[in-house]
Amino acid sequence: MNMSLLSTEILTAVLACGLLILCLLSPNKEKHRGIGYATLFGLLAILVTTFFQYGINETTFHELWIHDDYSVFMKELFLVAAILVTLSSIDFVDTLPRFRSEYYSLIVFAALGMMVMASANDLVTIYVGMELMTITFFVLVAYVLGNGRSSEAGVKYLLLGAASSAVLLFGMSLLYGLTGTTVIPEMMAKLHWSPALVIAVVTLIAGFGFKISAVPFHMWSPDIYEGAPTPITGYLAVASKAAGFAVLVRVFIDGLPLQNGVDWLTVMSVLAGITMVIGNVVAIPQTNIKRMLAYSSVAQAGYLLVGLMSADAAGVKGILFYAMLYVVANMGAFAVAIVVAKELGTEEIPDYAGLAIRQPLLASVMTISLLSLAGIPPLAGFVGKLYLFSAIMDKGVLWPAFVGFVMSMVSVYYYLNVALYMWRDEPKDNRPIHVPGAIKFTVLFAMVATVFFGIYPGPLAEVATMAAKSLF
Amino acid sequence: MGFPLLTIALLAPIIGALVLVFIPKDEHKIVKAISAFVMAISLGLTLVAYFGYDFAKGGMQFTEDIVWVKELGVTYAMGVDGISLPMLLLTNLIGFSAVFASWNVEKRPKTFFILLLLLIAGVMGTFIARDLFIFFLFYEVVVIPLYIMVIIWGSSKRVTKEYAGMKLTIYLLIGSAFLLVGLIAIYLNAYPVGQRTFMIDKLAAASYSEPFQIFAFALLAVGFGSLLSMFPFHSWSPDGYAGAPTAVSMIHAGVLKKIGGYGLIRVGLLALPLGAKFWAPVIAFLAVCNVAYAAMIALAQKDLKYVIGYSSVSHMGYVLIGLAALNVIGINGAVANMFAHGVMSALFFSMIGYVYEKTHTRYIPDLGGLAHQMPRVAIGFMMAGMASLGLPGLVSFIPEFTIFVGSFAVYPTMAIIAIAGIIITALYTLRALANVLFGPRRPEFDHYPDAKGPEMVPLLVLGSVLVLGGIFPHLILDMVNSGVEPLVSAMMAKLGAAATIGGGF
Repeated sequence: MNMSLLSTEILTAVLACGLLILCLLSPNKEKHRGIGYATLFGLLAILVTTFFQYGINETTFHELWIHDDYSVFMKELFLVAAILVTLSSIDFVDTLPRFRSEYYSLIVFAALGMMVMASANDLVTIYVGMELMTITFFVLVAYVLGNGRSSEAGVKYLLLGAASSAVLLFGMSLLYGLTGTTVIPEMMAKLHWSPALVIAVVTLIAGFGFKISAVPFHMWSPDIYEGAPTPITGYLAVASKAAGFAVLVRVFIDGLPLQNGVDWLTVMSVLAGITMVIGNVVAIPQTNIKRMLAYSSVAQAGYLLVGLMSADAAGVKGILFYAMLYVVANMGAFAVAIVVAKELGTEEIPDYAGLAIRQPLLASVMTISLLSLAGIPPLAGFVGKLYLFSAIMDKGVLWPAFVGFVMSMVSVYYYLNVALYMWRDEPKDNRPIHVPGAIKFTVLFAMVATVFFGIYPGPLAEVATMAAKSLF
Repeated sequence: MGFPLLTIALLAPIIGALVLVFIPKDEHKIVKAISAFVMAISLGLTLVAYFGYDFAKGGMQFTEDIVWVKELGVTYAMGVDGISLPMLLLTNLIGFSAVFASWNVEKRPKTFFILLLLLIAGVMGTFIARDLFIFFLFYEVVVIPLYIMVIIWGSSKRVTKEYAGMKLTIYLLIGSAFLLVGLIAIYLNAYPVGQRTFMIDKLAAASYSEPFQIFAFALLAVGFGSLLSMFPFHSWSPDGYAGAPTAVSMIHAGVLKKIGGYGLIRVGLLALPLGAKFWAPVIAFLAVCNVAYAAMIALAQKDLKYVIGYSSVSHMGYVLIGLAALNVIGINGAVANMFAHGVMSALFFSMIGYVYEKTHTRYIPDLGGLAHQMPRVAIGFMMAGMASLGLPGLVSFIPEFTIFVGSFAVYPTMAIIAIAGIIITALYTLRALANVLFGPRRPEFDHYPDAKGPEMVPLLVLGSVLVLGGIFPHLILDMVNSGVEPLVSAMMAKLGAAATIGGGF
């Protein structure tokens, strides 16, 4: 047993527990900003260590655990997301009535759950990681005590999340029944077409579809995104979704045979198509920024599913590349929403009026982030879509590219609607908006990364290619 | 690789925009001076390139190659030839003039000029990129500043500026979605994995099957065609120009929509000759629709910007029919006409912008006798109007004549209809000019001053190009021909038909 393969997870677990101890040691009345910064630097340190872990492709614990470039890339993505969420949370946590310090520890635990998912080579490990993440999110979503919407969102997420976990577990148990193993690569050879396998695949898709909020399993996301505290909405939208994709890709590509098995590619194609269309179309009439971003994140799941449709290294590389940029762009948009919600007390898009005059930085970041999500060059989202759609076009399948590109241009309509209010209108009052330092860093990072990787995608693309190749 | 002339010309406005970010927003004069200065740099460098182009050598010159994304085969490749140089010159002439046409912008000038410079840089980039990926990058860069400029500084007349801005943006983007699928398909089909490249000349040298060419060319025709306001994808153009502020109308009508024609030649005709041959009759037919239909509608317009908006749709019909002729003369005429129309329409829009800025109306029946109060503006209007109807001695006569010569050989009937379109053009242009400029002196306009100082720059720059291009047509046509002839002859050779009509005049 090679324990060093678990070093990232061990460090993260130590960090999370250490933060809890720090909470106990510090007096309850304080603001606990220090714990926020401790979280930040802890996560940064772990992120640095992950850069030295590429190139190790091994399994341990009787194949239950796999450490490959793919999992390292995903872990870095979760860490980047957790760091950006922590940064955007520091001022938000000040406004919480109680339990300020535990908040950070929960963020780290959620990240730990995602890491376990990324490295899981077996169904039970996947489930353990997924539950660690999901249960932490139940708490985080309902974190604003005394706020009815937050509690409502928490309960909804608990009920729906539990139901989806049950469905997923049912599918996993069928797979175990059919093959006698839970190790993903071993299942490949033992699976043949049978009605039970069909049910297993369908329930797996339903369970993972809930996590990535693909249509028709997306119904929970708008309500919960709207009710949850905004930094947590961001975390849910980027990291939880990416974690869902991390296991989805591994289970389907490594575990479920296409020949002699169930043609899950067709199912994925249908899901990708309707997810892209419905997510974008329903986003158009939204007036709440978080609901709009919720539907936009549904649409993004559709684009990412196109990468799975091609079922090759190019497609997976597209998923990895796009997911990373999706994290950055989405966190930029959510960070702006956090400041606006705090300073103006609103989440309605028309209330963003005049933001370009009151705080040009925030308006620029919001515009750039949203247009990156829409895939407008020279922003990074365009290159991501290019990778995703050229991978499937290379297989001779053209329609996803048509649907995807046309729907992303449709998405420009609702993204630019936000820009319209921010840039055109005069502000209701001219008080400058105070942007806290941590948020300023977050939005600047998001903007620079979005523009940089759009103009010069080379370095990130190379890492993503390497990570994707380790799956095949 | 020597002196990176094109990169500096491209970066000047971008760096200018960055500098503007740090200028306090109340210092209007400094903002405008910096914008003018960086555009002067770009224009100067462009002129150096234009007159330093070595005809004897031909082909792409001032080239720069930097490997950009290796695994995708993207190269930061810049360079200009006889087709792109006139377009680059046009961009900078109009960009420089647009800065001065916006000299009186008092509402949030800092934001305005940052966006304007980014817009100009985006357009410039498309014309000098030799790599399809970089080309597309710049092509869509323009969307963001364009939309924001229309919704902040635009004007709501027949349609609201929000509607106009969104229509402009969505048409451009939906077109580009089809375009993008087509471009990626070309990229994937050209070479097997490992040798793939986005370099336009290599993509043009690859061979594609005929059904693929027909399919891909259709996508490109929709994408580039909607940018070029090809019938029936033209309806964004009049509304968009009417809603946009002066500088945006100038740049959009002047150069941005020319990217459509440029792309069709550079990628469509040269890489997919069989597809072009298949679709050429359709395009010729749509082109005639453009010419005749848009001219008819322009007759009925009462808003000056709508007249010029439809007139620009109508003129694009000439460009398209020149392209569809698929011979050296027709394509020469098409490229030269894009240049001529760009100068002419930019001058028109800047004059309309001036009149609108002073009188706050563009409604033709409300105007009249302006030549009494604004003789200089009237000269600008007259020059643009005369160029619009193709008066010999001004820049657009020779290109239009060339187009007719080129297309008559291939589509005699359609060419005749298109030529007849000039009569309608004369009708609506002269009527609009007569009603706005001439007639009895109207005392209510007496207190409006004539253009002076910086306001004269668009008139001087664009007006002198109109005249020079008319008197010395070889300045443009020799350049265009040096770019078109070798490329199109190679294309004709691919088509199997010998180039029956040679170049030269």
